[in-house]
Amino acid sequence: MGEEKKVGLGREIGGILKSNIRGYMMYIALLVIMLFFNIRTGGLFLTAGNITNLINQAGYVAVLAIGMTIVLIIVQIDLSVGFVAGFCGAIAAILMTQHGWSEWLAIPAVMLLGLLIGTYQGFIITKFNVPAFVTTLAGMFIFRGLLSLSLQKTGTIVIPNKGFNALSNGTIPDPTENHLITILIGVIGIVLVFISLIKARKNKQKYNFKVPSLPIFIAELVFIAAVVMAIVCLLASYNGLPWTAVIVGVILIIYNYMLNKTKLGRYIYGVGGNAQAAELSGVNVKKVKMFAFMSMGLLASIAGILFTSRLQSATPTAGTAFEMDAIASAYIGGTAVSGGIGKVTNTIIGTLVIMSLTNGMNLMGVDISYQYVVKGIIFIIAVAFDVRSRVASK
Amino acid sequence: MADYILEMKNIEKVFPGVKALDNVNFSVKRGEIHCLVGENGAGKSTLMKVLSGVYPHGTYSGDIIYNGEVQQFKGIADSEAVGIAIIYQELALIPELTVYENVFFGHEVTSGHKVDWNETIVRAKKELEKVGLGHIDPSVKVKNLGVGQQQLVEIAKALSKNVKLLILDEPTSSLNEDDSQNLLKLLRELQQQGVTSIMISHKLKEITAIADTVTVLRDGSTICSMDAHAQTITEDEIIQHMVGRKIDNIYPKRAPHEFGDVVLEIKDWTVEDPGRGNREILHHVNMNVRKGEIVGLQGLMGAGRTELALSLFGNPRKYRITSGELVMEGKTHRFKNPAEAIKNGLAYVTEDRKGDGLILIQDIRYNTTLANLEELVSGLAIDANKEINIANEYKQSINIKAPSVEQKVGNLSGGNQQKVQLAKWMFVEPNVLILDEPTRGIDVGAKLEIYTLMNRLVEEGMSIIMISSELPEVLGMSDRLYIMSEGTITGELDAADASEEKVMALAVKS
Repeated sequence: MGEEKKVGLGREIGGILKSNIRGYMMYIALLVIMLFFNIRTGGLFLTAGNITNLINQAGYVAVLAIGMTIVLIIVQIDLSVGFVAGFCGAIAAILMTQHGWSEWLAIPAVMLLGLLIGTYQGFIITKFNVPAFVTTLAGMFIFRGLLSLSLQKTGTIVIPNKGFNALSNGTIPDPTENHLITILIGVIGIVLVFISLIKARKNKQKYNFKVPSLPIFIAELVFIAAVVMAIVCLLASYNGLPWTAVIVGVILIIYNYMLNKTKLGRYIYGVGGNAQAAELSGVNVKKVKMFAFMSMGLLASIAGILFTSRLQSATPTAGTAFEMDAIASAYIGGTAVSGGIGKVTNTIIGTLVIMSLTNGMNLMGVDISYQYVVKGIIFIIAVAFDVRSRVASK
Repeated sequence: MADYILEMKNIEKVFPGVKALDNVNFSVKRGEIHCLVGENGAGKSTLMKVLSGVYPHGTYSGDIIYNGEVQQFKGIADSEAVGIAIIYQELALIPELTVYENVFFGHEVTSGHKVDWNETIVRAKKELEKVGLGHIDPSVKVKNLGVGQQQLVEIAKALSKNVKLLILDEPTSSLNEDDSQNLLKLLRELQQQGVTSIMISHKLKEITAIADTVTVLRDGSTICSMDAHAQTITEDEIIQHMVGRKIDNIYPKRAPHEFGDVVLEIKDWTVEDPGRGNREILHHVNMNVRKGEIVGLQGLMGAGRTELALSLFGNPRKYRITSGELVMEGKTHRFKNPAEAIKNGLAYVTEDRKGDGLILIQDIRYNTTLANLEELVSGLAIDANKEINIANEYKQSINIKAPSVEQKVGNLSGGNQQKVQLAKWMFVEPNVLILDEPTRGIDVGAKLEIYTLMNRLVEEGMSIIMISSELPEVLGMSDRLYIMSEGTITGELDAADASEEKVMALAVKS
């Protein structure tokens, strides 16, 4: 221990930067993008209103990207998620407007529908060994067709349900002045993160695993606290915490727990890392694949609900190019192209990168055609960098 | 002074940790059929890869003299250009293309920028006639030919490149008797036309029938070169040269102990491989293993040992098991998948630890516990403390050399990777452990540790089936051994009566 202390702090920071450059790159990219847009829009980007807006816009992509991360870790793909989301949103709208269902009934029903769609695709992939690329490409056709079919008579359906529309427009009820509850939630969140990080560090020390030195660890904690508090205060100065943030947060926590703590999570990384080895170790590879597509279907339906709620209406074009944003988010967030590596927490950062680009370019009034080109270029740079740094680290 | 088409002098080739070829001298006379024999791992394939440029000049030391000139091949293209062609056991034809397309694949007949298909067909027909395939339609797809004919197409392909020196790596291993005879006859005909052949083979009967010269390799060195025209070469003689190594006493002794009841029995186990045209790959295999016993399963490459193990272990490669039963603890099983086999006390440590054994991008801890996570789950989550403790325990007790259990397995040496594999299966605590080539590609020190560990496991009551191509290892470690050849058990020997000669004779029996 004494020896290690002599290693200068500067050198340690250098070492950490060097070995984690890939991990830090996306934070740096996010920061650069945000600052760039803030300057170009004359400070409009980082206003409380726009950040709230960004969160609401990013919600459905984040949900899709979380599911997509699992799919990509096991080296599969799901191209159908956009139109599955669009279709599910349309069904929700139809149930509420034409059949008089309340949102409390329509939402679970649509989630079940998404789960069934995922089950169907998973079944085709695992039972008939049709590659996921083909199965979900077919799904893209099918659900695009079903989406326009379901809205054929009515055209765009405007949704009057206030509760439903609040999901991606509203904020949590907060009667206090200055939205103190929002700030309180932020503080609780920080405390919980601190506890879990400190516990993890102590545990590592117990087994003599490598941990960053104390000053670095404290700097990390301070940084996290500062970022979270800044966001929370910004939100509190506007309308408070958006419902979308709550929904995405809950899904993120569940998936993060599943991937890191449970047997299923282990199996997912195993199947992605080396499917044959996983099978010979007693992992049921087909079940894992089945799970990934079922979960993707479920999350696609939730994304559909969020998007429909955001627009307060179901439209025949909903879902177009969602899969592009979702896949790009996961890859920008460091999911390995060769599979076996990926974190849902990093995927969220990837989503923020992609959606900041969308939001910022919209603010600047950049034409949508250019937006695609810019996003595509950032995406390919991120993945090329990722692949390179992985090869280099081998 | 004889006229040599090829002389390889003082060839030395080192892989990390292993000297694969040590001062090999190998000379081939012009126009002869030269057979190269040796156990698995003796260095035959490595030598041929050096010759054909797969291992380019600079990655080995020594000289290759071909047609009187020193050659420095940078790749296969270079060796092909001077007329050396190699035909591997695994055929390199493209099944979905026609025969004529395959024959000229990679050196198409062109006129201008276009491929001249008419000329291709005409020329392909000529080449096919040379190999006795004049009767087949060159526009038939290769996948519709039998294995024997496919092999001949490969040779036609080599001839179309104007081959002077033809190398065949176990050409008859996947052929039936008729096709084999046919092929040998063809080699003689080619000999008449001036083609020199090098044939790697395990089939001693064929070798004694056809060879002008036989060279034996053992442990990466040339043992002898015998001229069939100067002396009569017998199968026994070849076997003696193949195995005649003094047994190093590196095999740790076990305390003598009584074996228990039979814990695993296979009766009449017959298996077909749908991937190879439903060819029967295992024929009526019978064997048994008793509690606390190490049973060796010896055989040369392609004898069907791994196939046997996998077909028992939940059959992940989806072979068709046409008959037979597997009895463990009085119950008959036909495991649906590896998970089921593991649950019932059978474990299999693969020969290809990087390919399908370990998850290289994950750490030691992850790999150690993967096959038995049930043990660690409390509620929904895996108990991280318990897991680290277990991984640490195994790391210490079997001496996995790494800074911590958080080390990625991909960064470990071969020996340590193998130990991680063993740790994984020890944590499962199976009744019967199948070890497939447990010491392949690892250094002597780690080998010894693995042998010691095997002894510890059987003393604790586990039973081990050890698949190995290394004769001294099988003889040194087994209590009893089965010898396999071409999918059949050709013999069962008690360790006390077994000798290298006896085992080798059974392993090459057909």
